[in-house]
Amino acid sequence: MSDQQAKPAKKPKVPRQKMPEQDPIQRAHNFYEVALGYENDLALLEASRCLNCKKPSCMKGCPVEVDIPDFVSLVKAGDMIGAAWKIKEKNSLPRIAGRVCPQETQCEARCVVGAKGKNEPCAIGRLERYVADYAAIHGDGKLPEMPKATGLKVGIVGSGPAGLTLAGALIKKGVAVTVFEALHELGGVLVYGIPEFRLPKAIVRAEVDELRRMGVEFKTNWVIGRIETVDDLLEKRKYDGVFIGSGAGAPLFLKIPGENLNGVYSANEFLTRANLMKAYMFPQADTPVAKGRRVVVFGGGNVAMDSARTSLRLGAEEVTIVYRRTMEELPARSEEVHHAIEEGVKFELLSSPLEIIGNEQGWAVGIKLQKMQLGEPDASGRRRPVPIPGAFYEKECDTVIVSIGNAANPLVPSTTKNLETNKWGNIVADPETGKTPKDRVWAGGDIVTGAATVILAMGAGRKAALSMIDTFKI
Amino acid sequence: MFEILEKERIGPGVNRAVISAPAIAEAHRPGQFIILRTTDNGERIPLTVADKNVEKGTITLVWQEVGSTTYYMGTMCVGEKFQDICGPLGAPTHIEKFGTVVGVGGGIGVAPLYPITKGMHDAGNNVISILGARTEGLLIMTEEMRKVSDELIISTDDGSYGFHGFVTQVLQGLIDRGQQIDLVVAIGPVPMMKAVVNVTRKANLPTVVSLNPIMVDGTGMCGACRVEVGGKTMFGCVDGPEFDGLQVDFDLLMKRLAMYKGQELIALNNFRDTPRGCQCTFPGGA
Ligand SMILES: Cc1cc2nc3c(=O)[nH]c(=O)nc-3n(C[C@H](O)[C@H](O)[C@H](O)COP(=O)(O)OP(=O)(O)OC[C@H]3O[C@@H](n4cnc5c(N)ncnc54)[C@H](O)[C@@H]3O)c2cc1C
Ligand code: FES
Repeated sequence: MSDQQAKPAKKPKVPRQKMPEQDPIQRAHNFYEVALGYENDLALLEASRCLNCKKPSCMKGCPVEVDIPDFVSLVKAGDMIGAAWKIKEKNSLPRIAGRVCPQETQCEARCVVGAKGKNEPCAIGRLERYVADYAAIHGDGKLPEMPKATGLKVGIVGSGPAGLTLAGALIKKGVAVTVFEALHELGGVLVYGIPEFRLPKAIVRAEVDELRRMGVEFKTNWVIGRIETVDDLLEKRKYDGVFIGSGAGAPLFLKIPGENLNGVYSANEFLTRANLMKAYMFPQADTPVAKGRRVVVFGGGNVAMDSARTSLRLGAEEVTIVYRRTMEELPARSEEVHHAIEEGVKFELLSSPLEIIGNEQGWAVGIKLQKMQLGEPDASGRRRPVPIPGAFYEKECDTVIVSIGNAANPLVPSTTKNLETNKWGNIVADPETGKTPKDRVWAGGDIVTGAATVILAMGAGRKAALSMIDTFKI
Repeated sequence: MFEILEKERIGPGVNRAVISAPAIAEAHRPGQFIILRTTDNGERIPLTVADKNVEKGTITLVWQEVGSTTYYMGTMCVGEKFQDICGPLGAPTHIEKFGTVVGVGGGIGVAPLYPITKGMHDAGNNVISILGARTEGLLIMTEEMRKVSDELIISTDDGSYGFHGFVTQVLQGLIDRGQQIDLVVAIGPVPMMKAVVNVTRKANLPTVVSLNPIMVDGTGMCGACRVEVGGKTMFGCVDGPEFDGLQVDFDLLMKRLAMYKGQELIALNNFRDTPRGCQCTFPGGA
């Protein structure tokens, strides 16, 4: 290994290192993390595959431009804690990003090692996860040195990745920060949506605790728009700036007959019950969730995969994802699809729901489906699914999870004066700075972009922080 | 925060508590509710705020013991704290001078009706309140309601107090006597609200009802609280809790409220096996 470190090989001889995972059959019945993470030797081997390019294109694939070759070089040198700090210069939540980022379409998609398709790209995400976990466990836990208070104060609406990133960046500049969160737990989708087996809640809690130790104030159970408005924060409480990072969360339904039957959930509700409210521990935890024997999930994104895999873990006998197009068009990350298949999730493709069938007591007992075929490509370039005339069929089920996306939650925009929204209800903000046309108000994350990714939300938090620092001249 | 300052039993299985929650007390408007959790493993349950005192920084909650959480709350004492109280939530009642407003409260529904009645009364309306219960012992908050009503009529199903019969019969009586009515507000068990609407629909009276669907977040994020109003799906927690009663699908609401019946029984039995559960009073061996 050491000579590889000395002069990087032109062609990597080492294959991409797999990350150990829990056995699929076992893990389909527990909520422990699926991916187990690298060990030291695997991390060193994988890092040795990095060519340390002079003009690294991987960095351009990263929405927050982490100094990837630099951190990987530190891994090669065995300085895991140094590597973690290198990442933290740009990304304050690497343990989270290392687990949930779609690296295969971002940094790793641009990696030169994988460019010619002969070799697989360097596993940047796995390395990020490894060093960040290592630093959390073996680091000295010291906080960065805190500057003197500037006397400025900023209010943040929502504790998702956008809000948390901004909070971290501002507190390190001596700005007093208060985060207002509607729910009783901090972390946004990271705690209510993304399941424990992909992102353990303890990790989110540790990141939040670190911010708290740095002096960030958190107010939970605090719904902006109800208990106070954004204008109250600005005028009554005299905040120098307010950042709105309230997320996308308002579930869409299909508007088909039977959607309000018992046993029909939005993915948000199903996952919130299972994750945030710990329904998997029922009755030790008080919140129930319908434990379906036959579960059907509508939709093909990451959220659909999470819902399907959570259903399995809650004890469902059969879980089927119903999707209008084919495997190739599935919008979910390939890794998640692969995991879902391994665990036993079935796919009903080229199929579109028409109706949910109920019984007398108002429970879902089945679904009526329309068979589809792929037609001409639409505006997005994907071939549009078109119904095959007369091709209807039915399928039995007792639980339906609707996972077709989220709209912007109107609570904050509708209660804030002079805040602009677009036709989808998203808040209008400058993509480079997060600044809204309203004085002293910034916004970012899913509430601006529509449902997107954790790293984009973090990037938005970071950009807004830089813009605020610039505006406040600190 | 969220400490219980006063607590009393105001009827069989019905409790009233005054809780320290200054920010909620200040922001709260009639018709709005809160969502609470008793402990870290607790579920989130919505309760309408029955009263508040801004100076003292308190809110008053009234609840009936029906499931594990409300039974647990029944065992909580002065000095104990709730893990979380989130609120105020929901859209406030639309209060203005309508003329004559008839408030119909059934059973525990009198508690949420009280702040609305007070608001309507303060806005200069002629307020007629009809309170009903199965039997005299189950009537709550009659004295408070009397103070904010121009006329108060009480009915019991068994005739043990006041009019012998249902609130709907009293309401029909008002209509029959030619009483001018500009708005009816009905809050109570779903079958009661449905019955009230059957009366007001015939008389063509605008009717507001306050719905209590199952909720999780209370901010419009999950859709657990879906109700159908005028054939359209609405979220009870943000579009409501008050809706045009003439348009509400009450049968759907009843079915959805029964969704977790089985699990609720398991949770209740589980709670009774805990030290708190077995020493608490289970009136009537519920
Ligand atoms: C099930 C699921 C799985 C996902 N998986 C991935 C993944 O693997 N990788 C990935 O990159 N992305 C994933 N995403 C998307 C990602 O989670 C989001 O893009 C990201 O969390 C958005 O961050 P945010 O900070 O904008 O908002 P959010 O994380 O949505 O946080 C917003 C917070 O604001 C709070 N809030 C809302 N309104 C108010 C108010 N009025 N007052 C106070 N607080 C309020 C909310 O309660 C919430 O806590 C997933 C999403 C879901 C739902
Ligand atoms: S309770 Fe979740 S949307 Fe209403």
